[in-house]
Amino acid sequence: MNNVLSSVFSYPFMVRALVVGTLVALCAALLGVSLVLKRFSMIGDGLSHVGFGALAIASALNAQPLLVAIPVVVAGAFLLLRMNRGNKMSGDSATALLSTGALAVGVMVISMSSGMNTNVYNYLFGSILGMSRQDVVLSVVISILVLIVFVLFYNRIFAVTFDENFAAATGTRIQLYNSVLAVLTALVIVVGMRIMGSLLISSLIVFPALTSMILCRRFISVILCSSVISVVCLLSGLLLSYTLAAPAGASIVLCNLAVYGIFRIIAAVHSMPSTL
Amino acid sequence: MSLITCENLSFAYDGVVICDQLSFQVKDGDYLCIVGENGAGKSTLIKGLLHLKKPAGGSLSYGDGLRADEIGYLPQQTQIQKDFPASVQEVVLSGCLNRIGLRPFYSAAEKEIARRNMEALEILDLKDACYRELSGGQQQRVLLARALCATRKLVLLDEPVAGLDPSLTQTMYDYIYKVNRKMGITVIMVSHDLEAALRYATNILQIGHRQLFYGTPEEYRKSPQYRMLVQSRSTRHIRIPGKNKGESDE
Repeated sequence: MNNVLSSVFSYPFMVRALVVGTLVALCAALLGVSLVLKRFSMIGDGLSHVGFGALAIASALNAQPLLVAIPVVVAGAFLLLRMNRGNKMSGDSATALLSTGALAVGVMVISMSSGMNTNVYNYLFGSILGMSRQDVVLSVVISILVLIVFVLFYNRIFAVTFDENFAAATGTRIQLYNSVLAVLTALVIVVGMRIMGSLLISSLIVFPALTSMILCRRFISVILCSSVISVVCLLSGLLLSYTLAAPAGASIVLCNLAVYGIFRIIAAVHSMPSTL
Repeated sequence: MSLITCENLSFAYDGVVICDQLSFQVKDGDYLCIVGENGAGKSTLIKGLLHLKKPAGGSLSYGDGLRADEIGYLPQQTQIQKDFPASVQEVVLSGCLNRIGLRPFYSAAEKEIARRNMEALEILDLKDACYRELSGGQQQRVLLARALCATRKLVLLDEPVAGLDPSLTQTMYDYIYKVNRKMGITVIMVSHDLEAALRYATNILQIGHRQLFYGTPEEYRKSPQYRMLVQSRSTRHIRIPGKNKGESDE
């Protein structure tokens, strides 16, 4: 085990993946609780496909991938929120429309420019090799920003998640905080997509929240438990991927799935009430 | 000076008038019950009173230093809340959000307000319990405590006994009565339960796309509107035997 760890840290790409991954996992878990409870989990999925389209365009233009993807995905987040609010279309069909549309644009751009190659594979399924120094710096800055905003807005996010009607009636600007949530989600997805892949990034948002909700009964404990689960699963997933030479994203999702299963079993065994 | 004064108020959706000719007053200490059939415009009026919907015409004004965002609101429960992992204290405290201004966190003063309101509604011993595991009656008391945290003067209750069985319904009415009389909070309640409205309220407002009646319960009992409503309800009760009176059919 020690050997594995010391060899992991001797590779700069692994260190980068561990640092960025940990921060992204933390942010995704925090936001995920609110998104899952608000029935917004599919927004994460929709945005990750928009991110794929943006990365494809960035690589065709030879531009810095994150700098192209961030504004595009943030714009996508606003668009999704608007479509969810309007009554013309239900939220999930709006999400499906946007995500498949963006995926199609991405595939077209790639096939017209570089053709289907390993780049495409990495965008879809993630890669721990994909990040440059510049990516790492940007990712760390963005993640820390997301963490700070989340902590400062924690009480407002709780109020807007638990009861939008009440929050609006008592003067909380719910659209502002919904937008804050959407922008933060967009940022986390763009940053995390490089490691997790656009097809798997939304698992970071959904899994830890769902897992911790099985056993936790207070909002704050759901938040803390999700954070811990998310980071632990990310680290063990990355190590798994390193030792087995398996794709990182899939390894991390499988770790999350395993923890989810364990929590379900614990809940089944201990069907007595507890106050965690 | 009244807390709320409506004059010839009307509301419309996409140009179609939902209810109009609303003229009534809510004074400090009142217990106003708003009754009316489904689709009569009760929910729209509530949104209007909370400034969530702009009036289409007439005037709606607040007096005695009341602000629209200082009305404690008890909305109908949403699907999201039924499986929400939160403690009673977290939910009640969230009612204090309109007191903290730009501060990110609650201070000891807000926590004390939450504690006092939990004590008044006898849910203090449940403060660490999980909201989704409470009974329907306890959940409504938690939401009432949250509404009290958001206000100094007035609570607006949207069908607070919907879905409660008769004995829990009675308990809930007792708490609301206590809030009104002992704590001196003005109450506006939307209800299907005419009996309770007549028993507890100081004023009755009946709407059916327009204002049908506004006055005291004694006046209401003598009014033709009351007789018509009772008659229409009793025929409905014959058609649907065993239907619980306290239940909401919304």
